[in-house]
Amino acid sequence: MDTSRRQALKGGGGITLFALLAAAGWLAPEDAAGADAWNKNAFETKSMDETMKALGGGTPAQSKDITFFSTPDIAENGAVVPIGITSAVPKTESIAIMVEKNPNMLAAVFEIPAGTEPTLSTRIKMAQTSNVYALVKADGKYYVASKEIKVTLGGCGG
Amino acid sequence: MADPMKIRANVIGDSTEVKVLMNHEMETGQRKDAQGTTIPAWFIQNVKVTHNDKVVLAAQWGPAVAKNPFLSFKFKGGAKGDKVKITWVDNHNDTRTDEVAIA
Repeated sequence: MDTSRRQALKGGGGITLFALLAAAGWLAPEDAAGADAWNKNAFETKSMDETMKALGGGTPAQSKDITFFSTPDIAENGAVVPIGITSAVPKTESIAIMVEKNPNMLAAVFEIPAGTEPTLSTRIKMAQTSNVYALVKADGKYYVASKEIKVTLGGCGG
Repeated sequence: MADPMKIRANVIGDSTEVKVLMNHEMETGQRKDAQGTTIPAWFIQNVKVTHNDKVVLAAQWGPAVAKNPFLSFKFKGGAKGDKVKITWVDNHNDTRTDEVAIA
């Protein structure tokens, strides 16, 4: 009983501090959306479960509405792997790229405000042949799709 | 001061396509130099793209984004001559902002 009360107090305190900061104008609305904050915990995770925890979500549902485009099956150079992701999930809020066998799983998180198409392409590094996950947050829920990319030359180490 | 970004913004139909190439080492902190000492991590952490002061894309990046990062996306609206502004901040708190007019 005592522990749960403590946790509730802790959680409450955190929210109050955040609200105070926002009210004091320290955090502009877009900062609160994660623009200027860097989620250190999430970028240090090494597994899907940890990453989901750090991002504050549960187990994502597999989705066929998320597709990879102009993404190779075999990448000759792991230092530059083009990744294109498009999400047909309604109300897509954010798209994250995760590489299963990289030293840290999470590569990038993109916040998609209303009016921006949930389609983007970028280039990432891959240490070795691995599954790449596209994690989509839509309407508060998480969806995921994966694709295996074979790497013939690693992007890290050396 | 970091090198400038190459930004292109074009109107395609009713949306604007933005393509950007940033100049950054994106050092992972995993690599070692010839003496075997680890090269410290140095990478872009936050990217923000605004169109007429409205945020159209915000991103958080880890060191796994490739060197000289490339990013392309589309947003609805945008007219020729409108300004698209892109800002990044790296883990050394170095920052760079570049602006381009939509073509």
